[in-house]
Amino acid sequence: MGRTLAEKVWDDHVVRRAEGEPDLLFIDLHLLHEVTSPQAFDGLRMSDRKVRRLDLTIATEDHNTPTLDIDKPIADPVSRVQLETLRKNCADFGVRLHPLGDVEQGVVHVVGPQLGLTQPGTTVVCGDSHTSTHGAFGALAFGIGTSQVEHVLATQTLPLARPKTMAITVEGELPADVTAKDLILAIIARIGTGGGQGYILEYRGSAIEKLSMEARMTICNMSIEAGARAGMIAPDATTFDYLKGRDHAPEGADWDAAVAYWRTLRTDDDAVFDAEVFIEAAELAPFVTWGTNPGQGAPLSSHVPDPASYEDASERHAAEKALEYMGLTAGQALRDIRVDTVFVGSCTNGRIEDLRSAASLLDGRKVADGVRMLVVPGSVRVALQAVAEGLDKVFTAAGAEWRHAGCSMCLGMNPDQLAPGERSASTSNRNFEGRQGKGGRTHLVSPQVAAATAVLGHLASPADLSDTDAGARTPAGAR
Amino acid sequence: MEAFTTHTGRAVPLRRSNVDTDQIIPAHWLKKVTRDGFEDGLFEAWRKDPEFVLNRPEYAGATVLVAGPDFGTGSSREHAVWALQNFGFKAVISSRFADIFRGNSLKNGLLTVVLEQPVVDALWKITESDPTAEVSVDLEQRQVRAASPDGATLTADFELDENARWRLLNGLDDISLTLQNEAEIAAYEAARPSFKPRTITA
Ligand code: SF4
Repeated sequence: MGRTLAEKVWDDHVVRRAEGEPDLLFIDLHLLHEVTSPQAFDGLRMSDRKVRRLDLTIATEDHNTPTLDIDKPIADPVSRVQLETLRKNCADFGVRLHPLGDVEQGVVHVVGPQLGLTQPGTTVVCGDSHTSTHGAFGALAFGIGTSQVEHVLATQTLPLARPKTMAITVEGELPADVTAKDLILAIIARIGTGGGQGYILEYRGSAIEKLSMEARMTICNMSIEAGARAGMIAPDATTFDYLKGRDHAPEGADWDAAVAYWRTLRTDDDAVFDAEVFIEAAELAPFVTWGTNPGQGAPLSSHVPDPASYEDASERHAAEKALEYMGLTAGQALRDIRVDTVFVGSCTNGRIEDLRSAASLLDGRKVADGVRMLVVPGSVRVALQAVAEGLDKVFTAAGAEWRHAGCSMCLGMNPDQLAPGERSASTSNRNFEGRQGKGGRTHLVSPQVAAATAVLGHLASPADLSDTDAGARTPAGAR
Repeated sequence: MEAFTTHTGRAVPLRRSNVDTDQIIPAHWLKKVTRDGFEDGLFEAWRKDPEFVLNRPEYAGATVLVAGPDFGTGSSREHAVWALQNFGFKAVISSRFADIFRGNSLKNGLLTVVLEQPVVDALWKITESDPTAEVSVDLEQRQVRAASPDGATLTADFELDENARWRLLNGLDDISLTLQNEAEIAAYEAARPSFKPRTITA
């Protein structure tokens, strides 16, 4: 019987397989950041162990880093200690580090792919659940806990039980203004935040094949929000083109050998998935969340649901609690929800295509009075590219703030936070209570919806913008 | 890691589903660089409410948490497990756990027990009507037992894969176990294709 993509990559990394034991998998790439690594390095010290493969390990700073005044000492002493701890650990153990101020610094899941380190058929881990992002390249990539970080540092392997596989097939054309973000939000709303649990997801079908690498990363990034540890997309010409010429992409004969191998990384026709979901791309619309988990979403043109409409008691209760926290009433039109803050950034939507599509909508328009808009590139390289294209000027001319690279408002660990009760439209991936700051209320949206919302001051899609207040509207770049 | 065989203690009914790791331990606590001292951050937002179940005096000192489905969703932070342990919990019962949380908990010796929702419901009833009721989590027998106030007893078997159980029962450290396979790891490394990426180029 044939094998799925996930099974092929898994099998190619088995160091040891024994009856009744988890497989011991080799790890090709280990990404580190400041939050989940200190206790792991401590563990190494305590047991007098080294990092086994420094050449497969790389670190960056992202979660705690400020996005303003980055040349000044970090104001929050606890954040500062965490960054200093990473610097010391990397120096002590010899790990390659891109600290704040370095040209390769940025959100760990933006940095790996742009350096060409994330490649098809590799295993990628990081002490961060959004490691699933790297699956866009046909890599088996998943988040791990700090004990596992220590385990990989010491052994370059992980003992793991093989998950089941689920196919999510999306056929057809995405309608105008429907992006990868809308697609993944719709998938999560369909299968639920626990729907992917125990599975590796494989996104496939004609609509997925048409997506750019960056859009594929947006999709795989949020696999974890559907409960799956990993999401994958089979590598194809789009993947190879993206990688070719990047710093760490193979060259010469190695490139040819790599591509020959990468071409084998497709689910066989006779392979069987443990579960399958089918989605018709043409039926999708811009999608936003109204609740406090990423599964609580609906098309922007619809209304806040009535908790009473849920049959399942725990879902009903969750919806009631969510509406209370979010300060919303059942039946309210989603388009009527006014926001205070718009955030464009994060490892979900902080890449160049995301910034381009937001900028194309803001060009010649203004952020609405009373709305604060933060645009935070996912990495320094993304920032430099945006500046080269003049996007920063578009954002600032529209009244948005152009910031330095980092996780920023994706989570409340650095100075960029929502105040209690404040409401945001955010291109990040989690709308949990307090995620963007204590008491903050988050609506997850695409970069296009974020930009339209910033202009109009309420949740809106590009189609809601009138042409009178804008320069030429270019079609959305990122799909 | 401390070995886990059987634990008996009072239990807290946490009637909430989808308790994500941001609720278990909010992000600002993740700035600490140690493994201890997270107890005050556990469910920090909810604990501001004096009526929150963990604040109620009758549940003080409880060591088993009985939670709703999809416990531990969200981020991979192991701090969530440390916070539960620092607070004093030895075991968490739910009808469904998020994968990463479950993996993290078992690595740290916090036993996560999966029971069907009706059994969880029954445990909630027992522990709500009698907060002094004791719940036993027996890893050797793979069984949860509780006594309800009306004298009836609840016994439910749970599953846990044999390997994880063996490690927990013996308190074995994963890294030492893996390093026993040094020869296999070295052989795998020697056979890796040269086109595989490296972060440091010689
Ligand atoms: S951008 Fe957000 S989701 Fe991504 S790594 Fe940073 S905090 Fe995590």
